[in-house]
Amino acid sequence: MDAHTEDIKKHVRVYVTVFVALMFLTLVTVTVSYLHLSVGVAITVALTIAAIKASLVASYFMHLISEKKLIYATLILTAVFFVALMSLPLSHFLDPIQYHH
Amino acid sequence: MQIPYTETARADTGLFNGKLGIWLFLASEVMLFGALFSTYVLLRVGAPVWPHGYTILNVPLATVNTIVLITSSVTMVMSWASLMMKEFKKFRMYMGFTILLGLGFLTVKSLEYKAKFVHYGVTLHDGTEITGHLEEKADDHIVLLPDSQDGQQPTAMRIERSQIQRLSNFGPWYSTFLAIYFTLTGLHGLHVIGGIIVNSYLWTVGAKMWKTQPKRFTNRVEIAGLYWHFVDLVWIFLFPVLYLL
Repeated sequence: MDAHTEDIKKHVRVYVTVFVALMFLTLVTVTVSYLHLSVGVAITVALTIAAIKASLVASYFMHLISEKKLIYATLILTAVFFVALMSLPLSHFLDPIQYHH
Repeated sequence: MQIPYTETARADTGLFNGKLGIWLFLASEVMLFGALFSTYVLLRVGAPVWPHGYTILNVPLATVNTIVLITSSVTMVMSWASLMMKEFKKFRMYMGFTILLGLGFLTVKSLEYKAKFVHYGVTLHDGTEITGHLEEKADDHIVLLPDSQDGQQPTAMRIERSQIQRLSNFGPWYSTFLAIYFTLTGLHGLHVIGGIIVNSYLWTVGAKMWKTQPKRFTNRVEIAGLYWHFVDLVWIFLFPVLYLL
């Protein structure tokens, strides 16, 4: 039981570290937005920081980093479908009809 | 008749059933929010003009909300860790904080929404758009206090209704941007409400299970935590996409 509690205490240290990292990354992402970078660069930076934050939450708060294979498999399948879903609007550019605004 | 695999893992999956169940549910939620994010991309790419979020929305307030939600994720995982260390009182404390922070998030969100509904945009027949707050609304005219430009104190404007092509507050009907903003944050807000309800159940009535089946109760809190972290994850993407870009 004691080793088990020690194990959880180690996890708690990780949670606090991740929390500090998330706070820092939040401040970075807000500060960078005030620089008013060009749209393409702004989107890349904002989504990269968001992806890092999301990975931290998923890996450590949701314990994904030590999860079973079946969960990984489920999430990889989800990721494939998610990429397909996000790519659908890009088919707009394959349309030969010229859109005039 | 006991529900199987609520405490022990199944040999083939290596997990207790609830954990696989919640991850499958979260996978479906990824597709739900993904569909709306995909909608946002298509709308923005296809639009001739698109406002920067920070010209319409309150960034400092939303930053506070981001901090609130991330903190609630920490308190949520701490409430589970407390049960793992058999410290029920600490579980109560951390879960209480999680619920409180969730309510805090919703409070800020409702303040944001309210601000939108009292903010107006007037489009005149010549196409000029004036934004501000309504001081007076009569049959033949309105009096608008325009938004201050460059920190100058604005003076109220009387505008005849005959000059007005369109008068509307900043609800989801005002523009495509606000439509997708309210849809995305509204759906997210509903998910926050759902999470608060579940967490409140586990904090009160549901906590009785700690006395009879502590492991099963711990697993319930873990599963609720996975859902709550997901709600936080969605906001981590929503916030920069809507407010900062």
